[in-house]
Amino acid sequence: MKLSTEAAPHFRTKDTTRKIMLDVLIALIPAVVFSTWIFGLRALYIMLFSMVFSEILDFVVVRFLRNQKNYTPDLSASVTGLLLGMNLSLAVNWWQILLGVTVSIVLAKQIFGGLGQNFFNPALVGRAFMLISFPTAMTTWYAPFFYNNSDIITIASPYQDIITTASPLGMVIGSSFENVLQSYSYWDMFIGKIPGSIGEVSALALLIGFIYLVIKGRIKLMIPVSYISTVLVFSSIFYLVDPSRFGSPLFHLLAGGLMLGALFMATDMVTSPMTLKGQFVFGLGAGVLTMVIRYFGSYPEGVSFSILIMNALVPLIDDWLKPRIYGTNKGGITNA
Amino acid sequence: MPSATFKGGVHPPQKKTRTINKKFQKLNLPDVVYLYLTNHLGAPAKPLVKEGDKLKTGQLIAEANGAISANLHSSVTGEVIGIESFVNAATGRKDNTIVIKRTSEDDWQLLEHDEDFEKFAPEKIIEIVKDAGIVGLGGAMFPSHVKLIIPEGKKVEHLIINGAECEPYITVDDSLMREKTEEIIKGIRIIQHVVKPQRTFIGIEDNKAEAIKILSNATKKENIEVIPLKTKYPQGAEKQLINAITKKEVPSGGLPIDVGCIVFNVSTTYAIFDAVVNGKPLVERGITISGEGVRNPGNFWFRIGTKVSDILDQVGIIEEENIDRILYGGPMMGIPLPNIDLPTFKGNNALTVLSKGEIQTKTEYPCIRCASCVKSCPIGLQPYYLKKLVDSRKNNIAEENGIMDCIECGSCSYICPSNIDLVKSFKTSKKVIKAIQKRRG
Repeated sequence: MKLSTEAAPHFRTKDTTRKIMLDVLIALIPAVVFSTWIFGLRALYIMLFSMVFSEILDFVVVRFLRNQKNYTPDLSASVTGLLLGMNLSLAVNWWQILLGVTVSIVLAKQIFGGLGQNFFNPALVGRAFMLISFPTAMTTWYAPFFYNNSDIITIASPYQDIITTASPLGMVIGSSFENVLQSYSYWDMFIGKIPGSIGEVSALALLIGFIYLVIKGRIKLMIPVSYISTVLVFSSIFYLVDPSRFGSPLFHLLAGGLMLGALFMATDMVTSPMTLKGQFVFGLGAGVLTMVIRYFGSYPEGVSFSILIMNALVPLIDDWLKPRIYGTNKGGITNA
Repeated sequence: MPSATFKGGVHPPQKKTRTINKKFQKLNLPDVVYLYLTNHLGAPAKPLVKEGDKLKTGQLIAEANGAISANLHSSVTGEVIGIESFVNAATGRKDNTIVIKRTSEDDWQLLEHDEDFEKFAPEKIIEIVKDAGIVGLGGAMFPSHVKLIIPEGKKVEHLIINGAECEPYITVDDSLMREKTEEIIKGIRIIQHVVKPQRTFIGIEDNKAEAIKILSNATKKENIEVIPLKTKYPQGAEKQLINAITKKEVPSGGLPIDVGCIVFNVSTTYAIFDAVVNGKPLVERGITISGEGVRNPGNFWFRIGTKVSDILDQVGIIEEENIDRILYGGPMMGIPLPNIDLPTFKGNNALTVLSKGEIQTKTEYPCIRCASCVKSCPIGLQPYYLKKLVDSRKNNIAEENGIMDCIECGSCSYICPSNIDLVKSFKTSKKVIKAIQKRRG
C-alpha cells in the first residue's frame, strides 16, 4: 500500500487565495455595472482594459521574467487592475492606462517580490503616478449621463463637447459647501449620480459589494469601521466649527473616494495590519490624514494618499501591536 | 448558559456521526503484540524480560526509567519472542519493541486493588497508578502518576476532566462517557481523593449533547460540575481547556499546576478507575477507527501493541488504490503512518483512514497577509511572521516571538487560504531550537 506521509493537518479549509480574489472581483460588480450606467461604455472599457492588461502583465512577469514554470494566475492582478480602472477619470486614454498599470504591477508589486510582498497598494501607486503625470486628464470630470456610446476607445468628440464639471469635493474648495448641496442632493451622492472617478461615485453599489465580502468573511472589517468612523467624527468637529466652509460629515462620507477607499483599497490584505488593534490604528490614521488633506491640501481628495502613507506604517504598526501570547503578560514576559 | 470557550481556533468539518451511534466492541485478541519501550513521554523504559520468557496478561515487562517514564506490561498471555526495532512514526526514530506471541486466552496478573478505593491512602493510589503504567491517553502520553504528585507548595484548585474531544471523527471519549458513566465518575472520585481539588469540572464540547446530559444527571450529588464547551478546535488542548473553564492561563513554559489546575483526559480517568478498582494495568484502551477508508467504523477496545494491519483487517478497509493516508489520531494532528506494519501504542485514541476523495489537492500561493492565521492561533502567535523567520533561519528571533509556545494544533495551516505548511515548519524549528538550547546547557 502506498501511503502519503504528508504532515498534519490533513484537512484544510476549502478557501484559497484565488477564491478570495474572485470574491473581491464579484463584490466590485455592482459598482462596475453602476458606473457603466452613469458614465457609459467608455467607463466599462477603461475598467476592463486596465484589468485585463494587469493580469497579462502580471502573468508575463512571473512566468517569463521570474521563470515560474507552473504558475497559476491567482487573480490578484485582476483585482489591482480593476481597482486602478475604477480610480481613473473618463478622460484618460489607453496609453496612459498602460503606463499606470505598468507602474502598479511592475514597480509597486513585482519588484518587491510579487503577490504578498509589496508594501504599498499597487492600484493606488499606479493612480498616484497617473495623477502626478497626467494631472489634467486625471481631474477632468464629466457629468452623469452625458455620454455617447459611439466612440468609447479614444476620447473623441462626444466627451470633448460635453462641459466638464467639478466633482463635489472640488466644488467645496472652489466655492462653498452650500453650492454643492444646490447642485447635488445627498441622495444623488448616495446613489452615485455625481461626477467623479469612474468607480467611486456610488456609495450604494460599493456597499452592496462590501456586504457580500463581509458575509463571506473576506475582509478586514475593522479597517472600514475605524476609517469611516474617524472621518465622521473628525468632520463633525469641523462642521460644528464652520458649517459653511467644511462640509457635513455625511457629505465627506459620500462625496469623493472615501467609500471606495475605505471599503476596498484600505482593506487590501497585503498592505494592511494583521491584528485587530493594528487595523483599528490603520483606519484611524487613514481617516485623520484623509481629512487633513481634504481640508488643507491643494488637491481636494485625500483618500489615496492617506492610505499610501498608512501602508508605509504597517510594518511599524504590526510590530507595535503584536497580539499577547497566551501565558505571558504584555511585554512577552512569562506570568509568575 | 452559553458554552465556554477560548480565543482563536477553527471549525473543521465534523465527521463524528460515522461512529457516534455504535456501541463499543472488543477487537479479537491479537496473535502477536509489539510493545515500544517508549510508550510514554520521556526516557525509554528498562526491559525486564528476555526471549523465551512466559508472561501473563498485565505482567510487568519493562519498568519506568527516569522521572517522566512509565511502566510497561504485557498485553497478552504468551511468550517473548524477541526485541525488534520499529520505526516510531511520532519521532521518526527507530525504537526497541518487545515482541510477545500470544499462547492462550487471558490469564491476568492483577495489581493490588479494591472496590472501596478510599481504603487506600493517596500515596498508595499514586503508587498503583505508577505500577499500572498509566499515561495521558489523550495522546500526549505524559505519565499520570507524575501529575498526581503535587509539588511542594502547590495546591490543586481545579481538577479538570477533559471530555472536549475536538478532532473530527474521534468519538471514543464521547462513547466512554455515555457507556461507562459510573466508572468514569468513580475514576474522578479516585483522583479527587488523591489531589483534593476545591472544584472539579468535566469539560465537554456542546456537540456531545447526550454525554453532557447523562453526566450532568449522574453528577448531581457529586462535587463535579459539567461544563458545556463551544464546539471549536482545539478546544481539547490542555491550555485552551483550562482557559475556557477557569479563565486562567498556564504561564508560558509552565505546567497547569502553576495555576492550580490539573487535567486528565476521560480515557485516562477510566484507566485510573480500572487500575485502582479492578487491578488492571494499562494494556487495553478505547480507540475510534474511522475515516472514509474504513468499511466498518466504530469504537473498539484493543490491546496495546496490536499491529495496525491486524486492527484494519478486522474493520475492513476500502480498495488500496483509493486510500490516501492512514493516521495515528485524527486529521488535525494525526501522524501519518509510513506503512501499516507498525504497532499501536498507549496514546492511540484513533486510527483514521483517509480516502483520496477526502484529501484536497493543494495549490500553494504566496502569503497575502489575510490575517486568518493570526486570528485562529489559540496561543496568540503570529504564524505568518514565524514562518517568515523560520524560512530565513532566524530561529532565535522566532524563539523571541514565542515559537516554543506553539502547541502544534495546526489551526493556522488548516485556515491558510494559500495552503502554506505553517505548523510543519514550526515543528522542525522547535526541534532545532531545543537542540541548540541543549547545547547551550
